[in-house]
Amino acid sequence: MSMSNLFNNIILFPIDPLSLFFLATILIVTIPSFVYSFGYLKKEYSPAKILIGQILTFLFVLSMLVVVTVSNMLAFLVAWEIMSLLSYFLVVFDSEHEKSIRAGTIYVVMTHAGTAFLIAAFLILYKHAHSFDFKLVKMASQSLPAYIKNIVFIFLLIGFGTKAGIVPLHIWLPYAHPQAPSHISSMMSGVMIKTAIYGLIRFVLYLLGVNNTWWGTLILVLAIISCLVGVIYALMDQDLKKLLAYSSVENIGIILLGVGLAMYFMSKNMAYWAILALLAGLYHLINHAIFKGLLFLCAGSVYKATGTRNMEKLGGLIRTMPLTAFCFLIGAMGISALPPLNGFVSEWLALQAFFMGAWHIAGDGKVFLGFCAAMLALTSGLAAACFVKAFGIIFLAKPRSDYAVKAVEVPISMRIGMLFLAGLTIIFGLGAAIIINPLSQVAGFSLGVNTTGLDFSLNNITIQPLAGNKAVLAPLIIALILILCGLLGFAVYRAFRKKTSIPYNTWDCGYYQLDERHEYTATGFSKPFRIAFSFFLRPYRATKKIGDSFYHIRSMTYETHTTLVFKKYIYEPALGLTFKSARFMRRIQPGSIHVYLAYIAITIFLLILFVRKF
Amino acid sequence: MKLLMILVGIIIAPLLGGLITKIKNDLRMRQGQSILQPYYNLAKYFNKGEVVSGTASWIFRIAPFVIFASALASLFYLGEFLALIFIFSLGRFFLSLAALDTGSTFGGMGSSREMFISSLSEPVACLACFAVSLQSGSTDLLAWKSFPLATISALIAGVALFLVMIAETARIPIDNQETHLELTMIHEAMILEYSGRSLALIELASYIRQMVWILIIAQVLLPVADPVGITGLPLILWGFWYAVRVILVAIVISLLEIAVAKMRLFRAVDFFGFGFVLAAIAALCAVLGY
Repeated sequence: MSMSNLFNNIILFPIDPLSLFFLATILIVTIPSFVYSFGYLKKEYSPAKILIGQILTFLFVLSMLVVVTVSNMLAFLVAWEIMSLLSYFLVVFDSEHEKSIRAGTIYVVMTHAGTAFLIAAFLILYKHAHSFDFKLVKMASQSLPAYIKNIVFIFLLIGFGTKAGIVPLHIWLPYAHPQAPSHISSMMSGVMIKTAIYGLIRFVLYLLGVNNTWWGTLILVLAIISCLVGVIYALMDQDLKKLLAYSSVENIGIILLGVGLAMYFMSKNMAYWAILALLAGLYHLINHAIFKGLLFLCAGSVYKATGTRNMEKLGGLIRTMPLTAFCFLIGAMGISALPPLNGFVSEWLALQAFFMGAWHIAGDGKVFLGFCAAMLALTSGLAAACFVKAFGIIFLAKPRSDYAVKAVEVPISMRIGMLFLAGLTIIFGLGAAIIINPLSQVAGFSLGVNTTGLDFSLNNITIQPLAGNKAVLAPLIIALILILCGLLGFAVYRAFRKKTSIPYNTWDCGYYQLDERHEYTATGFSKPFRIAFSFFLRPYRATKKIGDSFYHIRSMTYETHTTLVFKKYIYEPALGLTFKSARFMRRIQPGSIHVYLAYIAITIFLLILFVRKF
Repeated sequence: MKLLMILVGIIIAPLLGGLITKIKNDLRMRQGQSILQPYYNLAKYFNKGEVVSGTASWIFRIAPFVIFASALASLFYLGEFLALIFIFSLGRFFLSLAALDTGSTFGGMGSSREMFISSLSEPVACLACFAVSLQSGSTDLLAWKSFPLATISALIAGVALFLVMIAETARIPIDNQETHLELTMIHEAMILEYSGRSLALIELASYIRQMVWILIIAQVLLPVADPVGITGLPLILWGFWYAVRVILVAIVISLLEIAVAKMRLFRAVDFFGFGFVLAAIAALCAVLGY
């Protein structure tokens, strides 16, 4: 390959709709996060460290942009690796903390295990296409034998699944994302894990092409597991940023429901429904980038103002940090799929894709799709509970500790970053009918389906998944109706204004000493869920009484936690096995030079034997 | 026309609540309150001053309007079931937040329980709707009218939706509207801090929500077509039948309320597990064409 050829192929990549979509997604989250970072880093770190951090962040964003634009597998791998390494350095940015180093180590090991699978998949593709170029690979993949395709698919799924945080490969995500500085968490959770979805769409849907039903089914099943596991762990966690990280696992599941459903429909020759499903997935992808970016920024503001991420020590911040509270509320409403915000539109679309697709599908699979849709509904219900908990415990009622009492609103640059994303959360809800058609082009391009004449919007106000069907959605009109009805309620309220409104204490059953210790805690809030899902969470509880005798007790300790099933039953045994085999191998290392010389002699002897024999 | 229907809806909604209470009392051989009692209560609340906790923030103050708006918007949007579920959850979200806002233990209790119950009921509602939409081809449940009688699948789905409705309208065996016992209350625990005009708005919203659910279930179990192009006596008969269906559902609710006892909170998992199985059977029946 000549130099100019290389330049044309790798540096000046032709940008197609899929790349453009991801470029836009990355930019709309990273720019406000970057603005936010100036206020966030100030006074937390030394100026030199801030400079290093900002340069690393800039390069990190650049590497993500390159990942989604290159049209060559080799260049993709290089950019992917740079992105992983830069994000590792950003995860361990607080290098004085033991926790950061540990989180970084888990992250870097997991991400490289994933990359190994990607390299294997790419090499298999290269062997058949004799090129790393996307176009040639796409052509060659049509004549690939079925079993090779299956192997490549599985490798790609494991490789990208690790980065995306699909359960059970999610293990690094709740460690790494919370430990990074908040604007980095926002970029990692908001967009970096989406590059893995890009990889799946680019390599599986676009390059390989889907003709096996079990691919889609497998992704749907994994997606449902990710959704439920992610949201249940999110509900249990008291660490705000960890909660958000687990919630990312859940939302990646929702996005994958769209992608998997698109694969499922493609394999059944239902191109129209595949476009609708992928469209829902892509829509949720950009929505999640926006509101998860926003929520991480808000979490960062809370951390900066109070110095803690433990929800049990927070409370009442809505008074001291009104703007952060407002932005968090918008993000929480978006992620809980409340109308008329953006999460509502994408989840509605996903449900419609399931329902209508199941209606049109011939033969089996209908009930399976209905079951998937029901699990999506369960996920969205649990997510709403999770964010009622998060917002209610952190921002409402009385402060639970001095950390929360002393909180002050964050500086202007941080507020701008948050407000921008909060605005986008609203715009992507209300303007859904305008956004949906360009997205359908992207979906059509990825699936290799002609989209001319395809129109999902009616007068740019109403979304219609299927022309002529009564199931339509107009977020703008819903918003108007909600506002009008709210105003009507307010008018009725005002009509009786001659009556007084007296401020008084919360009712305390005549106890007269109600304080913050009587408030519901985050742990208390999630208790019903802990009991209902105890088969999976395996909660542990211990109480210890400390006192002079059985009758006179000075104090009590109460301890409760849940078992991390995947860590305990998969990763810890695997790690133990690794160490065990390493110890076993150490036996052949006695440290004596004579033995090593003997090893060399034996090796040479065996090699000679090998060469002579074969 | 639609506005007129909605106005009628707002006016009739409390009557439906009074009717259910009346039927219950009659069945228990009690004299009971007048069927118009909900109106008296609303009038009383509207004409009383209110006490607002000093701990509460603006969330507590705007919540009644959001709850009222979500209930009223559900009347506008009556039909497209998936959007309807999400609109209901908007009101629930704010009610749960408002309950946490005053810092009362009761509020937290109610809020936590409400989110628990609702997150379990959502998949049941979704799957039941799926079963119905497999036959009607649309998630618009009120489009379910081309059949003179419900199919087997729709009947089973209707029963599953009925279980969801029990939870959504805070009725026995999931919740009990008539008690303020901290061990059991859910909905009442959340609105404990509300009084006066705000309480009136929330109560009115609850009545409207209840009516919307009853209308949906009546439509799934006993479908009728829209009165397009009919006048005179047939229209009166149509209106009569429309009302009779609603009253039938109300009677079933009353019967259930006096026949069973309130469940322990964690039995709700079994309750909705049963609902989920029913909905799955309904979906299977729909696939098989029944």
